Amino acid sequence: MPDAYPISSRDLSVRYGTRPVLERLSVDIHPGAWTCVVGPNGCGKSTLLRALGGFIKFDHGSVWLQGRPVRDWPRADRARRIAWLAQSSVTADLTVAECVALGRFAHTGWLGALQARDEAAIARAMAATGAEEWAHRRITTLSGGERQRVQLARVLAVEASVLLLDEPTTHLDPPHQEDVGRLLLAQARGCGVTIVSAIHDLSLALMADRLLVMGRDGLVGHGTPQDAVDGDWLSRAFGKPIKIVRMSGCHVWQPQLASGDSTLILPATPQCADEIDAGAQLQGVEIERLGLRL
Amino acid sequence: MMPQAGAVPRVERRLDAPGATRFAWWLAAGVLVTLALTALSMLIGTSSIRTSLAWLLSPDADSNTVLWQIRLPRAIGAWLAGALLGLSGAIAQGLFRNPLAEPYLLGSSSGAGLGVSLSLLAASTSLRGIAWSGEIGITGAAFLGACAATALTVVLSRGAAQTASLLLAGIVVGFLLSAMTSLLLLSSPDAWRTMQAFLLGSTGYLSWHSNALLGGAFLVCMLPSVLLARGLTALNLGEETAQSLGVSLTVLRLALLAILSLATASTVAQLGTIGFVGLVAPHLVRETRPVNQRQLLIAAPICGGVLLQAADIISRWVVRPAELPVGVVTSCIGGSYLVFLLWRRARRA
Repeated sequence: MPDAYPISSRDLSVRYGTRPVLERLSVDIHPGAWTCVVGPNGCGKSTLLRALGGFIKFDHGSVWLQGRPVRDWPRADRARRIAWLAQSSVTADLTVAECVALGRFAHTGWLGALQARDEAAIARAMAATGAEEWAHRRITTLSGGERQRVQLARVLAVEASVLLLDEPTTHLDPPHQEDVGRLLLAQARGCGVTIVSAIHDLSLALMADRLLVMGRDGLVGHGTPQDAVDGDWLSRAFGKPIKIVRMSGCHVWQPQLASGDSTLILPATPQCADEIDAGAQLQGVEIERLGLRL
Repeated sequence: MMPQAGAVPRVERRLDAPGATRFAWWLAAGVLVTLALTALSMLIGTSSIRTSLAWLLSPDADSNTVLWQIRLPRAIGAWLAGALLGLSGAIAQGLFRNPLAEPYLLGSSSGAGLGVSLSLLAASTSLRGIAWSGEIGITGAAFLGACAATALTVVLSRGAAQTASLLLAGIVVGFLLSAMTSLLLLSSPDAWRTMQAFLLGSTGYLSWHSNALLGGAFLVCMLPSVLLARGLTALNLGEETAQSLGVSLTVLRLALLAILSLATASTVAQLGTIGFVGLVAPHLVRETRPVNQRQLLIAAPICGGVLLQAADIISRWVVRPAELPVGVVTSCIGGSYLVFLLWRRARRA
């Protein structure tokens, strides 16, 4: 029984209908660390997060939360330990404060009278994400990025020891992505919270404590970002060369646009090709240099 | 550093229930309108308002019967039925996260109608002047019908886990049961005539008996709804997220579906099928002020009650001394409102 880790899976298999999504996956998530799950679209990142939270049934294997099968936990106890951020954007007709207050559901129960400590948790969560500015506004009046920050505040308000976040930086502008990254690192390193998040932005993911790299055929590797770079896990996961460079102590993904390695073929009519040609000449850019073959 | 509990601004309780004071004023206004409409309802009938006033001032045995045994129970019953419909609408819209949902979508209304038809055929009586036992029997049959229809819908949609499949199954069950009701009634011409007014929806059969049943159903439905409001709010965030917050979706859904069935069954058994009140009431509440889920579950019944009372008065006024089935009036008003909603949405888009 995997006792030493806050959350682990053993031989986990999940299939949707007949399509296998996860196949015999065993991972141990490190405590007090921010683990990023990266991989191509459809490789099962979201499914893994859902399975770790016990929100879906698995066909085979097990998931352990603090040394006990995740689906054996009483509902409220589990909800106090795991907070979940779904990928889909929320269109609920609630005020921001009401939404964040829902994070305390497992603590207050159905009648939902907020105690002083619930209010403190809500206030801290809203302050941490900057959602307090709009406390009185309805979610439907917020932009996508603002909504995402409200959902993050709701997740933080649970004060769970494990956060499962499916794309927490979607819809956020770069400074706010930075804020979220900083917040997650602080939660993990400062408060000992275990965080697992799926993130598409490779440069941001490489700033995490640990990387869980998944390919279409299952787990490629699980370790520190340095391990991932050394083993070239990302290229294997995506099935294409992924160039990671080191800049001022950080790993950064460098998109390879200028080389002829990846070829984008545009279905173009001759007329359209002329226009693109003209446009490219105007800007002093040669089409060949972009790797475009018309 | 953890901020001390005392240092945290204690605003969240108020935020969780936005504008509690103003909501109290809203409720008070609703109660006042209800009282005014009840009084107006007492004055309107086949005789003129002048006669009704004279009856009130110098009562005799006949006028007492008309005022206190016919008009007052009708006014109160219309309010209670409207309130039950408003509550069902608010629950259905929250449960299915669909602003156009109402109990009819679940098939529970058609199930209740089938139950009433079956019990009437079995007893071969007319609706007017039914005794206590008959009232309970019909309501019971309607409830069983509504429950069976809802259960069928839930089974067809494989456990009601998916909103879309639940709605689809509800529509199929609704059509099926309505067709069965029509078939049954075609086989018995007497019952067909009795049921005609009933299927259009009518407040004409309301008595103190039916008021007692409607009032009981109202209390039984209201209390658990208010308790479940927070779970319904969580459901706003999506099924998976609600589950992750510790909401038992099975318990929440089954409890709300049971409340829906009871509310629908009791109104169908007493008034027949009345459309649109359940759809319009929650919308009107949201138009007048922003409310949270619990406030909506309290306000929508009041709004529904006022709507059906007003519709009842209109149905007795426009073609007096005759009267229209109240269901026709609610369909005209509610249908126009629905068209207005769609038109406004199209214009905004």
